[in-house]
Amino acid sequence: MSERIVKLIIDGKEIFAKPTDTILKAAIDNGIQIPTLCYLEGLTPHGGCRLCVVEVKGNPKLMTSCTTPVSNNMEIITNSPKLIKYRKQIIELLLAERIHTCSVCIANGSCELQELASKFGVDHTNVSRNWERFELDMSHERFVLDHNRCILCTRCIRVCDEIEGVHTLDIKRRGKDSMIIVDLDEPWSASYSCTSCGKCSAVCPVGAIYVKGKPLSETKRKELPKFITERRRR
Amino acid sequence: MIVLAKVKVATVWLSGCSGCHMSFLDQDEKLIELSKRIELVYSPIADVKEFPENVDITFIEGAVANEEQFHLLKLIRERTKLLIALGDCAVTGNVVTLRNCFQDSVKEVLEKAYIETVTYNPQYPVQVPKLLEKAYSINEVVKVDFYIPGCPPSADLINYVITEFLEGRVPSIEEKFKYG
Repeated sequence: MSERIVKLIIDGKEIFAKPTDTILKAAIDNGIQIPTLCYLEGLTPHGGCRLCVVEVKGNPKLMTSCTTPVSNNMEIITNSPKLIKYRKQIIELLLAERIHTCSVCIANGSCELQELASKFGVDHTNVSRNWERFELDMSHERFVLDHNRCILCTRCIRVCDEIEGVHTLDIKRRGKDSMIIVDLDEPWSASYSCTSCGKCSAVCPVGAIYVKGKPLSETKRKELPKFITERRRR
Repeated sequence: MIVLAKVKVATVWLSGCSGCHMSFLDQDEKLIELSKRIELVYSPIADVKEFPENVDITFIEGAVANEEQFHLLKLIRERTKLLIALGDCAVTGNVVTLRNCFQDSVKEVLEKAYIETVTYNPQYPVQVPKLLEKAYSINEVVKVDFYIPGCPPSADLINYVITEFLEGRVPSIEEKFKYG
């Protein structure tokens, strides 16, 4: 039996995809770029950062392309002025929410938020900032958890749960007060479940989780979840 | 022969490390080209005491951390047509604003700098401008017309921006700048 195929139009280009594909996957497979931040190939899509939103014809809402499955005859726009405006706004808010002082950040030069700000021309923020200070967790012998840089993309939580399989990390509280926690909100060094594998630091897009004494450019391995999931499928 | 009036440019150094001015000077030989078209009317590298009137372009380095800078910035805005925030401190506040995270930051900062870490005759300074409760980026105090992020912004980027403005165009710095 042949596999069912759906036809859709992205940015005026007719493309074919599997019905199980998301809009983002169909776009990537056909060489169409959609900006992402919390999405990481190999992990379950989270749809939290909203950077990958697209317009779907006939739907007044913007849809996150990383979580929305394709359907037949879908018409999608990935790059309208409206979408660019929203994406810029998202980046601006992320920059303003916590203390992203790039010049003294360990991730300076290999930070995905910093890159996106440059790419979208977000050269300043107009919203007033919060200046709330979070304590660092430096108790672990190898890793540091710095909530001040965290953008709550949950990549670390997902990689810890889905790839390493221990679910040491999770999130507490809501909204801007959300924080990444270790086990039941304990110091990292007291964690029973943590295997110290370091996958969280390998996928962190910013400088929120990093290896002590090393720049992020040396420890970052964005392709790790994809690599591991592909080997598991064999 | 028509002689075009030179564009009046000022550069200002508020709470910053002067790195952005260094980067400005790093335009090297391009500065000679630039000097044919601009007149530097106020700058830490020019001995001018008071900020002049009718300035065309002002570059501001650094964040606003004390009362003197606050008043100077208001004056600069009144007397400048195009105000450019130069570098991360001016654009975001950068390291200067990190003290905003502390309760009673002025006291903590002064104590750290003048008492705790001083071995000989520790005392609070008296003849310097008073620190503001919080430090601010430029756009939190006055309207900013253009932003050049970077710590510091590269000399090429500064040169590109100023040349574009001199040509009467608005520069597009997307993908050309980098925070930090």
